Amino acid sequence: MGLFILRRVGVMILTALCLTFIVFFLTNLYPNLEKLAKSEGNFRMPDIEVASWLGRNGYRTPVDPEVLTAYNTGKITAEEAAASVNTGFDIRLLRNYGEWLGILPGYVIEAPDGTVNARCQQPGTDLADAPRFCGILQGKWGWSTVSKTSVGEALAPRVANTGFLMLCVMLLMVPSALIVGVLAGMREGSVTDRSLSTVSIATTATPEYVSGVLFIAIFTSSAVGLKWFKGSAASAMDNPNFENFFLPVLTIALYGMGYIARMTRASMAEVMTAQYIRTARLKGVSFPNIVMKHALRNALIAPFTVIMLQFPWLLNGVVIVETLFQYKGVGWELVRAAGNNDIEMLLGISVISVFVVLVTQLISDIGYVYLNPRISVS
Amino acid sequence: MEELSWGAIITQMFLQFTPVWIALIVTFAVSIVYKRRLGLYGKLFDSVIGMIGFALVMFWVYTALFTGLFDLISTHDPLAQVSGMKNKVPGTPLRGAEEGEYAWYLLGGDNLARDVFSRVVKGSTVVIQIAPLATLFAFMVGITLGLPAGYYGGRLDTFLSFLANLILAFPVILLFYLLVTPEIVATGLPQYMAVVLFIFPLVFFGVLIQSRYRTQPGKNWIYLAIVLVPLALLYLSLINESGTHIDFWPIDFFDVPGGILVVFVSVVFVNSPTVFRIVRGLTMDIKTRDYVAAAQTRGERPWYIMLWEILPNARGPLIVDFCLRIGYTTILLGTLGFFGLGLPPESPDWGTTINEGRRLLSVYLHPALPPALALLSLVLGLNLLADGLREESLRD
Repeated sequence: MGLFILRRVGVMILTALCLTFIVFFLTNLYPNLEKLAKSEGNFRMPDIEVASWLGRNGYRTPVDPEVLTAYNTGKITAEEAAASVNTGFDIRLLRNYGEWLGILPGYVIEAPDGTVNARCQQPGTDLADAPRFCGILQGKWGWSTVSKTSVGEALAPRVANTGFLMLCVMLLMVPSALIVGVLAGMREGSVTDRSLSTVSIATTATPEYVSGVLFIAIFTSSAVGLKWFKGSAASAMDNPNFENFFLPVLTIALYGMGYIARMTRASMAEVMTAQYIRTARLKGVSFPNIVMKHALRNALIAPFTVIMLQFPWLLNGVVIVETLFQYKGVGWELVRAAGNNDIEMLLGISVISVFVVLVTQLISDIGYVYLNPRISVS
Repeated sequence: MEELSWGAIITQMFLQFTPVWIALIVTFAVSIVYKRRLGLYGKLFDSVIGMIGFALVMFWVYTALFTGLFDLISTHDPLAQVSGMKNKVPGTPLRGAEEGEYAWYLLGGDNLARDVFSRVVKGSTVVIQIAPLATLFAFMVGITLGLPAGYYGGRLDTFLSFLANLILAFPVILLFYLLVTPEIVATGLPQYMAVVLFIFPLVFFGVLIQSRYRTQPGKNWIYLAIVLVPLALLYLSLINESGTHIDFWPIDFFDVPGGILVVFVSVVFVNSPTVFRIVRGLTMDIKTRDYVAAAQTRGERPWYIMLWEILPNARGPLIVDFCLRIGYTTILLGTLGFFGLGLPPESPDWGTTINEGRRLLSVYLHPALPPALALLSLVLGLNLLADGLREESLRD
């Protein structure tokens, strides 16, 4: 078991490295960096100045100083200088990734005019005091250009908000899905089974942006006039209550519920045809006792993994619902960061989501082995 | 002209869909009469759930066909803005309607004074065009990689499974936000992905024919030429786009707009790992059967066994999953539209329309609800159809 977990953790770390590198690569493509340079520096910068800004700030390999002096003294035009700029792949990306992770020392770049620009130097402190490494591993998540704070600081309350939302979703989704699934699966083909299965098919066919819109229309709008809930969860960050928080939770839970319920139903229906259930029936055990004491535990093995693997889907739902209900969590921040080219924030969010997905996968693997006596890893 | 009542609106919409009703009735009548001779498709008409699902799916397919090809059902141009019709309730008569022009906005106007009914009807063409095709491509990729992974196992399997899990561990929306932006489209990355992903159908059909007719070179070359030459031409004109990074092929039949291509590529990219996992699992199960052992003893090559022995026997679960996956792709397309990614902002597809309508949802319901219900009914139809197919294919 120990070796199994160790191997799983090894694969997990490799996956995390690959995924964060892909995100790093995609966010650090030249057009994105160009946009960043223009929004941080000056919107009218010509290409050569963009490239030199990126070089000065450690994003790309510095521009050839000869070209830069030639451009500054007016020997070549901006177009000619721009032609010599490398806008494709830059080998510096690999080093930047190492610096961002915190396994390579942060850059220290000295400009020709003597000013020093260092990754790990805090504004207003001395370069000598700056640590050598500053990356994710050291807890330095970078600077968010939209929030104007460090990513860690900006992201912490968002993670707390989303965590609370996910917890509520799980508390609503899992028990109701299991109840629906067990009720449907214990008498396969009955009227209860038919109607509950149709309901679960219907919920899996309703993505969050459809059910959310329907709920807002029915329960909150002045046109229908029910006004049972609030159409926005903006006030739920400080003061979550039933009125402003139930609709977002229900919207996410409903989409995932149908899938878990169908898995539970299938697993329950299979268990109910097993030999030992028949033996119990012939022995004269009452039906509720068979379901509760004999069938339930074995029927819940498969749904457990499904519930854990639902997390990537839940993250999707979270982004949609947080946008729809204006709930300021990680998903809302993702949309804002992506819309405003906030590179380090996007990287931070991807680290969090990749971490959540991989940890749940690990739990699901270990839990499956632990719950299922038929599987042994040795 | 006076305003229509709800009864009149429903009647008018029913009449507007007349070609679809006729097509549906004909389809069902023909299918039910000949259902004993139609194999799995015919058996679908034994199950009520399957029939309801099929009807819902075909309703949208016919709507898309009649709107896209003959411009029949929609009442107005989905992009035309008519002054004075902004946010008007369903059934509002068109101000100053000319002769021959449809006189009402059946489902009202949206916040840019466009006809909601026509946009919903037109939106079906976007979904019906992209979703099945993207799913088909995802299946080609998944099958071509999943069969050897499951059959050979070992290092190849470990490597491919690792790649698949890598993509699956990515939250889909984050991936979309990273891939489907104008900056990334400008770097040509989606085009390079298209080059890799769209080669799989060619590989699939090439190997399919080669493994079967390897011993009859004459037939082999003819079949290979008949299938591969048109496919290669399609492939080249699909990836080749004048004025972008890949621009070398002179005979370019059509240009896919960059936005649509990137949407297509990312949907295929997201779907293929799941298909891969399903095919791999099925292959690992089927390769222990006796008829596979018989083929091995007979001396058949591995690819023949994979494509002509294992794949046909895995078709049941794959057909069911194909239906489900079209539904999932429809949901993904809606998600992309909902976040305003990829598709042009005035595009009538359902996700974009829902996104536009939701901003005024507390006051005006009519712009957001029809596309939401349309998407819901199509995906529900596909899921019910899959359920019906599963039940009927399990029965024999």
